Amino acid sequence: MGVTALKICVCIKQVPDSWAEKKLTAADNTLDRAAADRVVNELDEYAVEEALKIVEAGEGEVTILSVGPVEAADSIRKAISMGAHAGIHIVDDAIHGSDAVATSLVISEALKNRDFDLIIFGSESTDARMSVVPAMVAARLNLPQMTFAKKVEVSAGALTIQRQTETGYDEVKSSLPAVVSVVEKINEPRYPSFKNIMAAKKAPLETLSLADLGVAASSVGQANAWSAVSAFADRPAKPAGTKVVDDGNGAAQLEEFLVTAKFI
Amino acid sequence: MSDVLVLIEQTKGEVKKVSLELLAMAAKVGSPVAVVLGPGADSTSGLLGEHGAKKVYVDSNEIYVNQIVVPTVTALTSVINELKPVAVLVPSSADSKEVAGRLALTCNSGVITDASDISADLSVTQNIFGGATIVTSKVTTGTPIITVRPNSIAPVTGGATAEVIALAVTHESGSTSVTNRVAVAKSGRPDLSEAAIVVSGGRGVASEDGFKNLIEPLADLLGAAVGASRAATDAGWYPHQFQVGQTGKTVSPQLYLASGISGAIQHRAGMQTSKTVVVVNKDPEAPIFDLADFGVVGDLNEVLPDLTARIKARK
Ligand SMILES: Cc1cc2nc3c(=O)[nH]c(=O)nc-3n(C[C@H](O)[C@H](O)[C@H](O)COP(=O)(O)OP(=O)(O)OC[C@H]3O[C@@H](n4cnc5c(N)ncnc54)[C@H](O)[C@@H]3O)c2cc1C
Ligand SMILES: Nc1ncnc2c1ncn2[C@@H]1O[C@H](COP(=O)(O)O)[C@@H](O)[C@H]1O
Repeated sequence: MGVTALKICVCIKQVPDSWAEKKLTAADNTLDRAAADRVVNELDEYAVEEALKIVEAGEGEVTILSVGPVEAADSIRKAISMGAHAGIHIVDDAIHGSDAVATSLVISEALKNRDFDLIIFGSESTDARMSVVPAMVAARLNLPQMTFAKKVEVSAGALTIQRQTETGYDEVKSSLPAVVSVVEKINEPRYPSFKNIMAAKKAPLETLSLADLGVAASSVGQANAWSAVSAFADRPAKPAGTKVVDDGNGAAQLEEFLVTAKFI
Repeated sequence: MSDVLVLIEQTKGEVKKVSLELLAMAAKVGSPVAVVLGPGADSTSGLLGEHGAKKVYVDSNEIYVNQIVVPTVTALTSVINELKPVAVLVPSSADSKEVAGRLALTCNSGVITDASDISADLSVTQNIFGGATIVTSKVTTGTPIITVRPNSIAPVTGGATAEVIALAVTHESGSTSVTNRVAVAKSGRPDLSEAAIVVSGGRGVASEDGFKNLIEPLADLLGAAVGASRAATDAGWYPHQFQVGQTGKTVSPQLYLASGISGAIQHRAGMQTSKTVVVVNKDPEAPIFDLADFGVVGDLNEVLPDLTARIKARK
């Protein structure tokens, strides 16, 4: 590859464990973060892995960036323990309840003067599930948007990805720097080694507020979001269906159900 | 009546069903105006008019398929500035969600993704947390930009001839270029996210041959699309394009038939809103049974061939 000293930033989000039951808080219709364990968004682990693979193939440094509450620092260190070098944590009470528009603003303002060669995202946060933050950051920083990559190749000053599509994939080229998001088929995220877990405890973590970034509190947070949740309810429980144990008759019973329901 | 802009998804003139659904959704809140871009766009206005579009903005420029997302955003922004619609609807596909995100920035507007319904006052219904919670929300700033899930509404026909307007858009030189397109998943079956019936297999199907011999024949008899769990796509038994769930497709068919799938929360996230769910699983405790209208506790190697033979015999 012959690429030297790449500077890569990986944006990760701390989310409630996707295996746990997620809930909204009645007080302000935002995610009840206390109701479940907080973890690194699983889909962002693929982004961290890809960044590490790229620098390991040549030379470089991986920085983890996250916008989130005080506890998000744990997730940044967790990501660093996979083998990254440093972290940036943007934390400010005013950010609570921000929409994607505001989150992308905060991320972009934090990144704009840092000349990273690559900024890598996961394809989706498992709680918000919007898949829009990477595209918005690319737009705000005016960088090539190289999203939904299932393969990434970096060569001197250029980037090629396989962009996953509905029917297969597109090969796409751009220059560097660029914004990339990766899908979960791209790699197998590693487990942190003991050595890296210890190193992550001491890794440099830069903690920044909105004031440090020069972002006005009036452009973020729930009160300034451009969309709002007005109500929520549990999906009505489905009445219990029929369950039969196959004793040689299972297919016949299933056939009968499909006929009654007019599927056949 | 106020205009509602709809981004039409099409390939070489073949319009995706979700686009026609969006025209029906748009008609609920205003007067549907279609924007159709890329090679083949100029052959679609008849169909779009028939499905309720009053006006169709057309640009067949290759640029829309040769660059990622940005040219589409530029085109939509110019129509929004000219027409000042009350809302913009785009399909909830990966590409179009990214279009929606960037459009929110160029138009200073809020964006809501994955709507399943929109009411006359433009409040939006979403199923979140894998369908477990139903949320009502509203865009409060700018022109609401809303992405709508496939199968949320039935297309409506009986419309008239649409007024066709050629779009003239100036594009900046782009920063991405698509150099090759590879289709790995081609089948004569209906499109997974649009199919009325989905026959899905998981780890219990046990092999690539299992999909060929047990899942596909049943799907073909039912005119269904084939789906798969992540365990099955990760194992290489079926292509990723057919994965259902959080990191695959979200489907909402009339009938979802899940065999050898346990029903992990990430799988349910992609199929929980199916109208009818049928399950074949040998483990009576598998969580997927909680969603089942009809479940068979049994070995899919016995139940599926028997079922397939029975349906065949009826025809
Ligand atoms: C971030 C993230 C994203 C994910 N995204 C997705 C996604 O998009 N889609 C998805 O599906 N998963 C996804 N997963 C994975 C998910 O958690 C599960 O691991 C996966 O869905 C399991 O697939 P399965 O049900 O086929 O396999 P298993 O959980 O192993 O279940 C197999 C089932 O088959 C049954 N079985 C076995 N043999 C037979 C037989 N002969 N006859 C009948 N039944 C049999 C068993 O009883 C069992 O219930 C994701 C996970 C993470 C962490
Ligand atoms: N608060 C955040 N801090 C850092 N990165 C984020 C944050 N929210 C989202 N992202 C990134 O954007 C991707 C897509 O998120 P979303 O648009 O919310 O689905 C995630 O996979 C992360 O890489």
